Amino acid sequence: MQIDVQTVNIEQKNQTFTHLKRRFGDKKIPSRYQEASYDLQATENLHYRPTWAPEQELYDPNLSKIRMTDWYDLKDPRQFYYSTYTLTRARQQETMESNFKTVESLNLIENLPDQVLKIAQDLLIPLRHVNYASNLNNTLVCGYGYGTVFTQPCIYHAMDNLGIAQYLSRLGLMIGDVESLEVAKQDWMNSDAWQPLRRSLEDLMCVRDPVEVFIKQNFVLDGLLYPLVYQRIADKHLLELGGSGISILTQFMTNWYQESVRWVDSVLKTMADESPQNKAVLEEWVGSAANHFTSVLLPVVALAVQGNDADELVSEVHDELMTRASKAGLFR
Amino acid sequence: MDIKKTPRKLNVKEKYRLMTRDLAWEPSYRDEKEIYPYVDYEGIKIHDWSKWEDPFRLTMDAYWKYQAEKERKYYAIIDAHAQNNGHLNVTDARYLTAIKLFLQGISPGEYAAHRGFARVGREFAGVGPQVACQMQSIDEIRHAQTQVHAMSNYNKYYNGFKDFAQQRDRIWYTSVPRSFFDDAMSAGPFEFLIAIGFSFEYVLTNLLFVPFMSGAAYNGDMATCTFGFSAQSDEARHMTLGLECIKFMLEQDPANIPIVQKWIDKWFWRGCRLLTLVAAMMDYMLPKRVMSWREAWNIYGVENGNALFRDLARYGIRQPMHWDDVEKSIDHTSHQIMLGLYQWKFGTAFHSWTPTASDIEWLKEKYPTTFEQYYLPRWEYAIAQKEAGGEYNNFGLPKLCQTCQLPCLFTEPDDPTQLAHRETEFEGEKYHFCSDGCQHVFDQEPEKYVQAWLPMPALMQAPLKGDLAAWMEWVSLEPTAAGDYANSEDKANFEKWRKQVSTD
Repeated sequence: MQIDVQTVNIEQKNQTFTHLKRRFGDKKIPSRYQEASYDLQATENLHYRPTWAPEQELYDPNLSKIRMTDWYDLKDPRQFYYSTYTLTRARQQETMESNFKTVESLNLIENLPDQVLKIAQDLLIPLRHVNYASNLNNTLVCGYGYGTVFTQPCIYHAMDNLGIAQYLSRLGLMIGDVESLEVAKQDWMNSDAWQPLRRSLEDLMCVRDPVEVFIKQNFVLDGLLYPLVYQRIADKHLLELGGSGISILTQFMTNWYQESVRWVDSVLKTMADESPQNKAVLEEWVGSAANHFTSVLLPVVALAVQGNDADELVSEVHDELMTRASKAGLFR
Repeated sequence: MDIKKTPRKLNVKEKYRLMTRDLAWEPSYRDEKEIYPYVDYEGIKIHDWSKWEDPFRLTMDAYWKYQAEKERKYYAIIDAHAQNNGHLNVTDARYLTAIKLFLQGISPGEYAAHRGFARVGREFAGVGPQVACQMQSIDEIRHAQTQVHAMSNYNKYYNGFKDFAQQRDRIWYTSVPRSFFDDAMSAGPFEFLIAIGFSFEYVLTNLLFVPFMSGAAYNGDMATCTFGFSAQSDEARHMTLGLECIKFMLEQDPANIPIVQKWIDKWFWRGCRLLTLVAAMMDYMLPKRVMSWREAWNIYGVENGNALFRDLARYGIRQPMHWDDVEKSIDHTSHQIMLGLYQWKFGTAFHSWTPTASDIEWLKEKYPTTFEQYYLPRWEYAIAQKEAGGEYNNFGLPKLCQTCQLPCLFTEPDDPTQLAHRETEFEGEKYHFCSDGCQHVFDQEPEKYVQAWLPMPALMQAPLKGDLAAWMEWVSLEPTAAGDYANSEDKANFEKWRKQVSTD
């Protein structure tokens, strides 16, 4: 049985805000994502130039080599605004919380083979510093990028990276207490395997073009790192070695990466479709960074996988990344 | 290393340190100055970033969990509010002027704070303040968005809400709050924190937030008041951050003290000028009043402010400059602003009105030394014109203050019969100010404030060339959104719908 609750019917004057009507017409009631995202950033009659860089505007599309007629074309296919974002992450963190409990109650860490523990320590725990770099890089894109639909997911992405660094830290504390984090940091600072990556991230932290940072960090580096570390090593290699206790605790990273790929690819494709000039700039960034990060990640992967296997894994993942680039319209 | 070690129980502080502070490293391939190019130029000296005390220790998993709970509740309530015609529960539609001003003036400020905190969350060279600022950045976009969603339902039924985005950049009075936030964002990272984190969030928030949200509660605006409750715990975090950042700067180096003092002087004055709009809201726009502006100032300004500056005295910080001028203005500004808004009501995307007989009694009681003597006669003049079938408008364009962008309508601190007016000549041009405070701000950084976009001169220049109708189109102002509430569509509709609801 259906019950119709009667409320007083009052005729509406406006279906929507005018700025949304200009963009989408007023046939459809705009979504909360649209209300929360479009045209929120000031665009005209900005009062003062930044004292920290007087050649720039306060919101300045020319900070990037990428040009867009309308930066609001770069919408997020996940339609994340604050509410949908936090609700999604809250569900995921509940799962992670119960994963941590399961691992603890079943003593899954204590029962791990030494080889698995060693790989987790050598490879996974230092990655929390990589997430910290990504946190800063995405914060930069949010701060200096242009147009809310492009910039808002970047603060979410920055906070996600902080969250991942914290999950990795908890994993470290479980497998080796504070010492695990200390050893990982020494590795990050000094061991040969990590130095090329650390150098590359320090270089990237000096880049000020927000789109370049976005592409190199989120498309290229993460596009190699997550398939290698989480999809190949944590979810396959470690599992084969009896390391399910680890894979359960990196589940967030695997799922999170799959989800962010949709957004990152869509941004890349929209920018590339905009103009041949954009496409050329993006090809230059993606091409050079993909080669560079592939070589930088090789010694990192070798911490978990021996000899030729490491080479193969890395070149396989490099090809995957190039396929994504090609689907986004690059190198064609 | 012995990998299988039983984990120790860590206390919260230690755990938080490991989860955030310990993530950063000292770069060795690049110079810190390349990574953090803007931390030095304001002259603030930081010797040890690790001395930053984390004002709240919230890891991301906890953040997601708490915030999602609040979001669920918030949207459940505003959905119900929309479904049940909650807009008809407000005291009367005059109240909507307050939230129109909020959406046009304050919500864009929340967004600016979001972007500004993202910038400083990147520019500080210490992970402690970085993370704290990033968290405030993500909170601020929450506030901007929840406010837009709360107002969205009002926009369906009333005038004045629908083009807040264009009006934010073009209409004259939104230039007041926007210039405030633009000023903060165009300053360096440390000044931004003093401007928004300390002066705005810590010293002045209670004078903005509490009046608006209590006003909403008193006047039956469930949507806005729910926003207020939902944002409260965020605001508490932001206030702690504001206080921590000032103590951090002051403790790092004695040379920081005069710089910080200069910023406190500036931002206190800037903030108080911005709050004159809140003063008008409290004294005139709430059909059911919470308290007078004078009463709010006594509690949140004088009591809290004195306690704070007593506390900061041990660092060598004194009360902000021009404090006495603010104190002297408190019994005047709401009346001066509301009379101003009323005489320029043809150019505002909200309504204003003349006070009713009971309003006048209340104003007399709350402002015994000023209202009857200085302002009632002007209201009586406006009321008499209306009764004679005319309308009290001032089609002359106001002279705007180069700093705060409000019309120069304030009086001399010691003589309420004299309009205050100050001038500075800079590089052959004359600039006008509403007060000593605003002139002082300009004189400290004239090369910055000469850049201000002034909406009135813009109206006289190409392409508008003084054409008022073209201006209205340019700022997206429909005549139905402007003017006296007494003749407004909002009033007529609200009364009609109310009747419809109560007779059904």
